[in-house]
Amino acid sequence: MPVVLDADRISRSLTRIAHEILERNRGVDELALVGIRTRGVPIAKRLAHAIRDINGHNVPTGALDITLYRDDLMRHAVGPQPLIRRTEIPFSIDDKKILLVDDVLYTGRTIRAALDALIDFGRPKAIQLVVLVDRGHRELPIKADYVGKNVPTSPTESVQVHLTEVDGRDEVEITES
Amino acid sequence: MKKDLLGIGDLTEDEIHLVLDTAEAMREIAQRPIKKVPTLRGKTVVNLFYEPSTRTRTSFEIAEKRLSADTLNIAVAVSSVVKGETLADTARNIEAMAPDMIVIRHASSGAPHLLSRICRSRIINAGDGMHEHPTQALLDAFTIREHKKKIAGLKVTIVGDLLHSRVLRSNVLLLTRLGADVWVSGPPTLVPVGLERHGVRVSTSIDEAVADADVIMMLRIQQERMHGAFFPSLREYFSTFGMTRARVARAKPDVIIMHPGPMNRGVEIDSEVADGPYSVILEQVANGVAVRMAVLYLLAGGSEGD
Repeated sequence: MPVVLDADRISRSLTRIAHEILERNRGVDELALVGIRTRGVPIAKRLAHAIRDINGHNVPTGALDITLYRDDLMRHAVGPQPLIRRTEIPFSIDDKKILLVDDVLYTGRTIRAALDALIDFGRPKAIQLVVLVDRGHRELPIKADYVGKNVPTSPTESVQVHLTEVDGRDEVEITES
Repeated sequence: MKKDLLGIGDLTEDEIHLVLDTAEAMREIAQRPIKKVPTLRGKTVVNLFYEPSTRTRTSFEIAEKRLSADTLNIAVAVSSVVKGETLADTARNIEAMAPDMIVIRHASSGAPHLLSRICRSRIINAGDGMHEHPTQALLDAFTIREHKKKIAGLKVTIVGDLLHSRVLRSNVLLLTRLGADVWVSGPPTLVPVGLERHGVRVSTSIDEAVADADVIMMLRIQQERMHGAFFPSLREYFSTFGMTRARVARAKPDVIIMHPGPMNRGVEIDSEVADGPYSVILEQVANGVAVRMAVLYLLAGGSEGD
């Protein structure tokens, strides 16, 4: 199981991304973070924390469950439906610059679903994409604005992101699936 | 999940919790500016209502529309049923148009079960005669869990026309399954025989039944189903079993008062109680949409039988 990011590298990547976000957006007044469930949520919270450490500002943070927007939901009607968890966006996204956060960018289909979901909450001024790992193999024209690490993979491999808040440890590894 | 939801017996304890947890997530959709998700796009749901219903039919229809299903309402007064078509024939004809789900309300107990046998569509029971009304029991459980954070160990007292009530049957099955201490009270003529066998405490004294209750659930006096004299007069019923402020005071200080609707004010419940601070009656209605969205979503997936 090759480890591609350890706890230290994850932490430094997120700090760097926090700086990049501030550099690119000049000020935080219009910013809001939205993490995609499950692991995008703790990453979004860590980014909010990192931004606060840099300039003392609290960036509003929400959680988005994209299950109801998946494009493969009703395609194979075998087995139980995926579990739906709560979407919590406790602020208006109108005219905000939304930083959409996920752990791994792969086919782009999750992000497509997330964009549809977000638009149902209002009309943001802009949406930018933050991912911890970009593993390639896009099936849709989607590109990340901030990437923790680009990890070339083969489609038969699987990228496992472990985060302390969910899994008890910080680590990104590649496994053969 | 099984293919159909005909009664609470179709759900395991885990599945009941799954429905309630899913409803929790669905509820947030009602707070959005755009109250619609694309989940059931391209699915057709037929609402087949053989009995008058405002709340349940509206609730199902809103739930279906919020999930982007195409919905079709068949009300019996304007359908071929008035020309003498049997339920089975109506069902076969609807089935021929390939809907994905049929929501049925019927005055005869077992009507949804008949549909279940002849239709490939998923069937949801929206109330059959004096038998069951599973989505009502699920939304009641959701409302109780919301307020009390649990169901096991709560004293839930159900008062009213127990005999004719499908809401009672579904609630007894669900609440006892989840470990609630269920008490019922009503005139002896309106207590179904053998109710105790389901783990329910029966008392003809409403004061005993509501003492220290966490939840009081009132049932409507169903005059349309009463072919006989079950009690001397509505006034006497109200004085013996009506829910008044004095009776509510015997329950726990944080008791919640529920009613599945439609209410007969001044018969089973005093207006002062129905509109009072303990009443969660309108929350039940709001929660009904979320719970029905959850049921529609969960049934739309694959089933064990596929």
